[in-house]
Amino acid sequence: MKEITSMTLTELSEALRRGEVTSREATEAYLDRVERVEPKVGAYLTVCREEALRQADEADALRRSGQKVHPLCGVPVAVKDNICTRGIRTTCASKMLEDFVPPYDACAWEKLRSAGCVLLGKTNLDEFAMGSTTENSAFHVTHNPWGLDRVPGGSSGGSAACVAAREAPFSLGSDTGGSIRQPAAFCGVVGMKPTYGMVSRYGLVAFASSLDQIGPMTHTVEDNALALDVICGYDRRDTTSVKRGYTPMNRQLKDGVKGLKIGLPREMFAEGLSAEVREAVTGAAKALEKQGAIIREVSIPSLEYALPAYYVLSSAEASSNLARFDGVRYGHRAAEYADLEELYVKSRSEGFGAEVKRRILLGTYTLSAGYFDAYYKKALQVRTLVIRDFERVLHDCDCLLGPVAPTTAYKLGEKTMSPLEMYLGDIHTVPVNIAGIPALSMPCGLDRAGLPVGLQLMGATFSEPLLYRVGYALEKALGEVVKEVSL
Amino acid sequence: MAEWRMLDGYEMVIGLEVHVELKTKTKIFCSCPTTFGAEPNTQCCPVCMGFPGTLPVLNAEVVHYAVKAGLATGCTISKYSKQDRKNYFYPDLPKAYQISQYDLPLCLAGHLTIETPKGSKDIGITRIHIEEDAGKLVHDPEKGTLIDCNRCGVPLIEIVSEPDIRTPQEAVAYLQKLKAVIAYTGVSDCKMNEGSLRCDVNLSIHKPGEPFGTRTEMKNLNSFQSVQRAIEEEYRRQVEALRKGETIEQETRRFDQTTGKTSSMRRKENANDYRYFPDPDLAPIVLPEATVRAWRDELPVLPDARKAAYMEQYGLTSYAAEQLVSEKAFAEYFEQAAQSTRAPRTLANLMITEVFRLLEGESTAIRIAPAHLAQIATMQEEGVINSGAAKKAVAALWEQDEDPVAYVERNGLRQLNDPEALRNAVRQAIAENPAMVEGYRKGKLPLKKALMGAAMRLTGGMANPVLLQQLVDEELDG
Repeated sequence: MKEITSMTLTELSEALRRGEVTSREATEAYLDRVERVEPKVGAYLTVCREEALRQADEADALRRSGQKVHPLCGVPVAVKDNICTRGIRTTCASKMLEDFVPPYDACAWEKLRSAGCVLLGKTNLDEFAMGSTTENSAFHVTHNPWGLDRVPGGSSGGSAACVAAREAPFSLGSDTGGSIRQPAAFCGVVGMKPTYGMVSRYGLVAFASSLDQIGPMTHTVEDNALALDVICGYDRRDTTSVKRGYTPMNRQLKDGVKGLKIGLPREMFAEGLSAEVREAVTGAAKALEKQGAIIREVSIPSLEYALPAYYVLSSAEASSNLARFDGVRYGHRAAEYADLEELYVKSRSEGFGAEVKRRILLGTYTLSAGYFDAYYKKALQVRTLVIRDFERVLHDCDCLLGPVAPTTAYKLGEKTMSPLEMYLGDIHTVPVNIAGIPALSMPCGLDRAGLPVGLQLMGATFSEPLLYRVGYALEKALGEVVKEVSL
Repeated sequence: MAEWRMLDGYEMVIGLEVHVELKTKTKIFCSCPTTFGAEPNTQCCPVCMGFPGTLPVLNAEVVHYAVKAGLATGCTISKYSKQDRKNYFYPDLPKAYQISQYDLPLCLAGHLTIETPKGSKDIGITRIHIEEDAGKLVHDPEKGTLIDCNRCGVPLIEIVSEPDIRTPQEAVAYLQKLKAVIAYTGVSDCKMNEGSLRCDVNLSIHKPGEPFGTRTEMKNLNSFQSVQRAIEEEYRRQVEALRKGETIEQETRRFDQTTGKTSSMRRKENANDYRYFPDPDLAPIVLPEATVRAWRDELPVLPDARKAAYMEQYGLTSYAAEQLVSEKAFAEYFEQAAQSTRAPRTLANLMITEVFRLLEGESTAIRIAPAHLAQIATMQEEGVINSGAAKKAVAALWEQDEDPVAYVERNGLRQLNDPEALRNAVRQAIAENPAMVEGYRKGKLPLKKALMGAAMRLTGGMANPVLLQQLVDEELDG
């Protein structure tokens, strides 16, 4: 038998079912691994050792009782620290919420908990999910397991790194403009940004409500489908969640790609894309072609406007969503203040980091009287254009294939002084959020430095089963592109 | 109510913004109860307290209630409306934004008809939109300022009038009518003393024919009286300012109930930029026509229709009918009582003069069974009792409701109709007051009334006044 921490989610689930492994053994194995590699990686903000072992024992008892249990019963999981976990602090990697313990569970975690999953801990992120490197965490940086001097990507850097470093068999991240897909690409794991409305946002601390979506991060495509099956579905507490019948995500998994039309958006392969990323991504397209897929170039002209529209919309929503952190009811409050105004100003100035403040200022500005039409309204119009463009190309293609990020993981500290350059790194991921469509990020090769390269498969709304099918075929065609990282 | 007098030829132009709390069982975006007067912070949850990660879910009943209010005020109901965030910081606003409606409100373009000394007048209603209430700040001398979140998320409708109001009396008449109409629909209690109906006044002055002046806003007036006083005072202040050659600043002013003065709260240049934008957590509100039609069918008969019916069916005056329809409870009481008497005008009169006097504060609970009041009216109409006895009976039954006939018999209130007995009383009165008779015969005619009074006293006030008058005439002049 494989070592527990080397198993995929599917393998671990199977081992638990067969009784070869108990949840306690699995949980202990991961907690030991966390203890060993965390000093190097720094993926977690909170590790819930005792709580996890208690949950593991409960899962084992449930399995022993002979009751029908969920396939993920007893499987450990790591959860991004902007997803609320009842009784366990949820910080959003911000000083503002350093001691915040929510009295409720986020829907996505509630579903995993009901399935019997065991919470190993809460993972690091860019403060309030704003950033692309996890360096904006108020607490510590996270190191890319593939090169400890490299960023893991962000904002779900902790969730990506913990899976890559085998500190969890799978994790939950959140993706507002690429925050699952880009760290998945940098860390060589599989990450899904589901269709907007597929996973309830209840309990996800909002960054940009019309774009945020929770999704799973895993070792394999099959694992990812398994995890998304659990967390998706209508939730009456989130009126943007969609009421519909959700077919099992792995339904078409092994159907192959023969005859599927896959489009390569020309705009995603333009200048600025590193040669190595281009090579790996086009290589993957060729591999799919070999399997019988029809590859064609397509054009999405509005893509060039998606990035500015994204920064206007997401910052506008963020400025309003983050206004509640005022030091009055919960979260950080300044030690001394003369009046109400000073209470607000000092609490917020002390509680928020530079990037969060930058976005709040940007959003406040674009929503202000006299600027609203030129920015916010314009951005909404761009959004409509992007949605239409995607609809058009996805009418002719089954799905689209493109790079996730222009480069592989860069050095820690390399871009921290240049926010604009960092924003440009989101150019290929934000259109998907703007359009509300799903995208699957998965490794497709290594660059010369041995760092993973990611690609993303994008499809029409609720086409996740199809994306998993293409991803699965690609995984088989490419073989094991990323091996287990040694730490 | 003293009629307001125009100063220096300036006319006032008033628009009202009225906030009405809807009495849905639960709050607008969560399932907390909305009961008034509960212990602080016992009716709130992570959603209405704006905890991170929580999301609002629109209570469908709020839309239902708001649409009913819109239909009752003749508004057009929007098939498509949306909810927006109004962003500002204040400790009673947990999310630091209020979910309201900005450019696409639920109801548009209605009106209410009011009675003025110059006849009926229509006051336009610009819009009605739904929004959430904020919490309450409680100032404690020892603990400082405390927040009570019970009211956070209580559903409100804001009813914005056109600037059609020209006098304080019209403003009060509009508010009374609005209160009556909304209360009829059953969507709110409209209790100003509990804050379930609150009023902001926008006021400017101008000379008729000239453009409107700069307006000021007075917020959160909580009684009809303070609305009237605030308007009178602010009008006087604006005229005074123009007299002195000053300009009126666009600002928000506070009305102090104790001093009766208004004072500046916030100037326009310091006004909040609320940065409205569509709330991304909430889907647009789409209302199929059939739904609106079904809700329209639920509306009760409204005050204006009832008023017309009372005038037509029972021959009531416009004034009397308006009084009776001012509260649904009164109208329903009157209608029920009117079924058991053929004296509806007497009944109306008893309600307006006697019953309304006995009601305390904003209470509408009439402590006499409708059939009993009807019976008193019948007895009065049929001459069994006179008006004084009717008044006594109402007061007595208010304390202890019982069969009015039994009450009248037991207390000997039955009217004396026996001509012989009455003639004796008249003769006795004449015999006992020779000086008065002498004076009357010499031409002091009002002394006849005094003799009539003396005779009435001799019957213990029980005489049939018409018959008694006749006998006095006969004995003195016959």
